[in-house]
Amino acid sequence: MDEKKHRLIMDRISKHFPGVKALTNVSFRMFPGEIHVLMGQNGAGKSTLIKVLTGVYSIDSGEIRLDDKEIRAQSPLEAQELGISTVYQEVNLCTNLTVSENIFIGREPMKRGRIDWKEMHAEAKVLLKRLNVDIDPTKQLGEYSVAIQQMVAIARALNISAKILILDEPTSSLDSNEVNELFKVMRKLKSEGLAILFVTHFLDQVYEMSDRITILRNGEFVGEYKAEELSRMELVSKMIGKEMDEMEQVQELVESHSSIGHQSPFLETKQLARKGSIERFDLKLYPGEILSLAGLLGSGRTEIARILFGADRADQGELKIKGRSVNLKSPRIAIDNGIAFCPENRKSEAIIDDLTIRENIILAMQASLGIFKYLPKKKQTEFADEYIKLLNIKAPGPETLIKNLSGGNQQKVILGRWLLTNPDLLILDEPTRGIDVGAKAEIMKQMGLLCQKGMSILFISSELEEVVRTSHRIAILRDRHKIAEIDNHNVSQQDIMKAIAGGVPNEK
Amino acid sequence: MKNKLFWPLVTLAVLLLANLIHNHDFFSITIQDGHLFGSLIDILNRAAPLVLISIGMTFVIATKGIDLSVGSVVSITGAMACLIISKGDGSSMSVLFTALGISLLLALAAGAWNGLLVSLLGIQPIVATLILMVAGRGVAQLITDGQILTISSKPYSFIGAGYLFGLPFSIYIIAFFFIIASVLTRKTAVGLFIESVGTNPTASRLAGIRSGLIIFIVYVLCSFLSGISGFILSSNVSSADGNNAGLWYELDAILAVVIGGNSLNGGRFYLSGTIVGALIIQTLTTSIYSMGVPPEVTLVVKSVVVLVVCLIQSEAFGSVFAARRRKRDKAAKQGVSA
Repeated sequence: MDEKKHRLIMDRISKHFPGVKALTNVSFRMFPGEIHVLMGQNGAGKSTLIKVLTGVYSIDSGEIRLDDKEIRAQSPLEAQELGISTVYQEVNLCTNLTVSENIFIGREPMKRGRIDWKEMHAEAKVLLKRLNVDIDPTKQLGEYSVAIQQMVAIARALNISAKILILDEPTSSLDSNEVNELFKVMRKLKSEGLAILFVTHFLDQVYEMSDRITILRNGEFVGEYKAEELSRMELVSKMIGKEMDEMEQVQELVESHSSIGHQSPFLETKQLARKGSIERFDLKLYPGEILSLAGLLGSGRTEIARILFGADRADQGELKIKGRSVNLKSPRIAIDNGIAFCPENRKSEAIIDDLTIRENIILAMQASLGIFKYLPKKKQTEFADEYIKLLNIKAPGPETLIKNLSGGNQQKVILGRWLLTNPDLLILDEPTRGIDVGAKAEIMKQMGLLCQKGMSILFISSELEEVVRTSHRIAILRDRHKIAEIDNHNVSQQDIMKAIAGGVPNEK
Repeated sequence: MKNKLFWPLVTLAVLLLANLIHNHDFFSITIQDGHLFGSLIDILNRAAPLVLISIGMTFVIATKGIDLSVGSVVSITGAMACLIISKGDGSSMSVLFTALGISLLLALAAGAWNGLLVSLLGIQPIVATLILMVAGRGVAQLITDGQILTISSKPYSFIGAGYLFGLPFSIYIIAFFFIIASVLTRKTAVGLFIESVGTNPTASRLAGIRSGLIIFIVYVLCSFLSGISGFILSSNVSSADGNNAGLWYELDAILAVVIGGNSLNGGRFYLSGTIVGALIIQTLTTSIYSMGVPPEVTLVVKSVVVLVVCLIQSEAFGSVFAARRRKRDKAAKQGVSA
């Protein structure tokens, strides 16, 4: 393949932000007609590399050559005119506009000073056909599924002169059928000679789609590999370096500590329910135990978590904490009862993005102390430093704004916020979603350590491997019902999947 | 913080210097009858009501809110205080304190009303406070019976027109409340909670902060400070004009907050920036008068200065210039290499 002509060469690119070396001498290249996967943990420099290529950031040093001509795009628009098209992770389309309006927004075909609607719809149709999508471009975009919307985003990104298509985690919000559709389109575009830069966290997809893989770690270039010559193990170990075997330790940690049953539960629910979100359920949470909620998205996992934290109110049933009946009317009351909650949507429900790491960490504790018992700044910094160290948060210091951290590090800050309040029950709703393997392993290790210290943990994750590895008991949810509960003795992922799908395990 | 204060301070300095050039005695302060007199003192004195209201407005804006009713609260408390004093003995201290107490209760009630509409009922702040902006002025006119109520009360007029240790008493009032506000935001968790709620109310609630309570408190605080301003304004002229007292103060206060480097999107706030912002507005008004700018163009001059201040602080505007400079440098470089 190396004899072929390069489409893109990024040579020894460096980019520094204040206090952070985002990229150091990173090289990256692409050939026409290939799918190239960029791998690395969060914070490894993938996003920065893409933003440099698309003109969002300017580079400090290095050279970018497109078809053997040096380019230096100053803006995403300029990059697109040069032939570099991007579809971002969060699709930024307007669902209340029509499909063709979305495709041509800002560059509508004109005729005599007015928008040529006929031409626009016709062209939209042609563009979408190329992507194997046959829909009515005059209809509102919101009427179509997320997968179709993704295609529309691709159609918008692809103009005739597109040479490189960047897909930044396009599959994270798609189900498996939709992913397959997307892959079909990607293969077609590849066969037409387009170079596709594909970013994903899913290893299966990496091996299904990629021709070559470039790996980054801590802003540095690790290597470029042909997909068929790099095993999964090698790939993961190259991405995360030394943190590899921590996952194994977690499992041992949890397994070494399964002597529960004699104690009384910390929290117990009897026929608790909330109309429209979760049917009546019984649940017992013991100190020193990890209970997982397994089920599909929308099966009622998050709903249970929110009720137990007082974020939503139950309208039926009873909830007891340490044997005492409690009405959790608000998060405030739940926190006062020793409950902590890391919500699913980190960005909208957990982090306060304009505040510093320090402020984010002490926030819950300060809220418990109230307005007048203000922690002195020195004490705050001590706490922040303590948790930055304990959870291995990668940041220049406690005064860094949390919005400048990678997802994994933000999650660790939120975990630190709750550990500081020393809760009896920690509810973790998808704590590992969208974060890299290293941070995942660290968070799971913490879970193991915490339950050993006697904390009760309610764990929600879509990744069954994590569920099987970390939990003592697993509650299965389907369609807003709790349908079963299994003790985790050599339970396999398949067993859980069967239970979720409807094959009823007998150990209720 | 330093960065945020830089441009407001430069603007204030430029305005003061422009005055100095025009009038060489501008900075001079003289003593008459044991009182200090001078343009600078005058600016501070006249800025007092705006400074107070702007402090309250800063808190409200930091929670991503806005309070349009401050001007109306000014007219309500002024009217109420004057009404009670006019019915009693103008020189009696007990009458004075009754008047102040009852008027402040009214201001607190106004703030509670705004706070409840916003925090409990979830009405958008601009709409919720618009209600009181309109209704409040009506209430003030009802209190004064549609008339301008003139009173004669030595103790009351001391608030807005008296002198203490050579300085206007109103300067002590703003100093006092500025210190209180600073202590409240630095030495208690109020500042942290306001910034947290203003940045992300949902996350703040899930972290255990009583977001609703914080929002309620800032509206009450804002109304309370507006109420104090009402005393300063009405006692300065010893009369209450329900129709015109505090008119357009909400806009000047919002402007002072913004000029001071605070974002209308809420979150981080800078009290000292707000103070400088309010002083800029008052200095501008004073200098327009002292320079003899014809009254028909004063509003235009004022708006031009405000526009310039906003442009200087605008990131987008700055980046346009940065981009042009880059382009020019690039062109120059290419010219050399060719």
